[in-house]
Amino acid sequence: MSKQRKAVALISGGLDSMLAAKIIMEQGIHVEGINFFTGFCVEGHTHAIREKSNAKPTRNNALWVAEQLGIKLHIVDVIEEYKKVLINPKHGYGQHMNPCLDCKIFMVNKAKQWIVENDFDFIITGEVIGQRPMSQTKSKMPIVSKQSGADDLLLRPMCAKNLPATLPEIEGWVDREKLYDITGRSRKPQIEMAKEFGIDDYSQPAGGCCFLTDKYYSAKLVDLWKAQGTKDYELDDIMLLKVGRHIRPRPHFKLIIAREEGEGRFLQGYKKEFTSMHCSSHPGPLALIDGVVSAEDLYLAAQIVGRYGQGREAEQVDITVTDQEGSERVLQVKPLRTDEISNDWHV
Amino acid sequence: MTGTFKNIPMALKETLNARRLLCPLPVIRTQDKVKLLKPGDQLEVICTDPGVMHDIPAWCRINGHKVLETHSCDHEYIIVLEVGE
Repeated sequence: MSKQRKAVALISGGLDSMLAAKIIMEQGIHVEGINFFTGFCVEGHTHAIREKSNAKPTRNNALWVAEQLGIKLHIVDVIEEYKKVLINPKHGYGQHMNPCLDCKIFMVNKAKQWIVENDFDFIITGEVIGQRPMSQTKSKMPIVSKQSGADDLLLRPMCAKNLPATLPEIEGWVDREKLYDITGRSRKPQIEMAKEFGIDDYSQPAGGCCFLTDKYYSAKLVDLWKAQGTKDYELDDIMLLKVGRHIRPRPHFKLIIAREEGEGRFLQGYKKEFTSMHCSSHPGPLALIDGVVSAEDLYLAAQIVGRYGQGREAEQVDITVTDQEGSERVLQVKPLRTDEISNDWHV
Repeated sequence: MTGTFKNIPMALKETLNARRLLCPLPVIRTQDKVKLLKPGDQLEVICTDPGVMHDIPAWCRINGHKVLETHSCDHEYIIVLEVGE
């Protein structure tokens, strides 16, 4: 009796990786999923924080896909290791701060390590030639295979027929004839294939699944690095970039101002790490101060925070300032007018 | 609490603080904690991200663990699970 072959599928939660896993499962291969959490995955973060989205919490699509396929999913925390990918990508950034090619190489390399440790035979991805301009082109695919160390253990079932045969095909673990030859950015072939497999519910995130492809998020990350004077980050830094209004009135400090109640509650969790302020004479948002501030800076920050509360038109509002130890003081300030808040301050 | 009674291992009931973490981190922390437990042990996970009410039960279903209880209280979400085989 031949050995039961096992493959690990990189599951992003989108349709392509779901189909790739399904194609290989149909060939009798035991498939398990793997999903890497870099800290920049979109997966419901802002929905989880923001109050108005709470009525309809989003599902984690990778978990959902695994459940639909009936396979196990291993979610791996790669936050620390991913820093070197983002901070110094060998192949550079895409349109924003997205190091897509390095990211793909990194993830396939991690999957390669995983199959060695867990006695699996090969790796599957949902890549399609021409689907993504930076990482999924015919010329980039061999780079991913080679530089990840996966070499011919990396099988892309969606476009395998347009690529050299891999070990699973050469050894007959999978039938190459039953693999596909999809190319290009059109989603029609995938949608047709989903129909054939009886898959009628799937996620197709328009902006991708990574915050680093987002123009505004990337701008906040660049601002963080510029203010720190170094390209580095902790998990809390990158989480906070997803939350609130970021206003930097001076190079050495910025304000993170909650936009609604859910964000306010999330920012409350950081009051021991940051000086915070809120309007105590009128309803208004919680704000964190990121940076070291002088008395003059604090006064300016209070005027800005006053602007975003219901006392914005008042002659004077009370702004309570709380330091990391919990000591409070109250500043009485006149909120800035909208035209006094420079557009350049908005990160 | 751990220990034995007449050589029968007692099931553990442990608590995991996943407050302030956003999904999928509570799932990852749960997954890592469960690896250290044995079948029959119980784990109470306390979170602040409402997404866990979907994600942790989904993770339990695909990995053969049993959700014993879910409830929310004062913006906290608590899930008690029993480790499967």
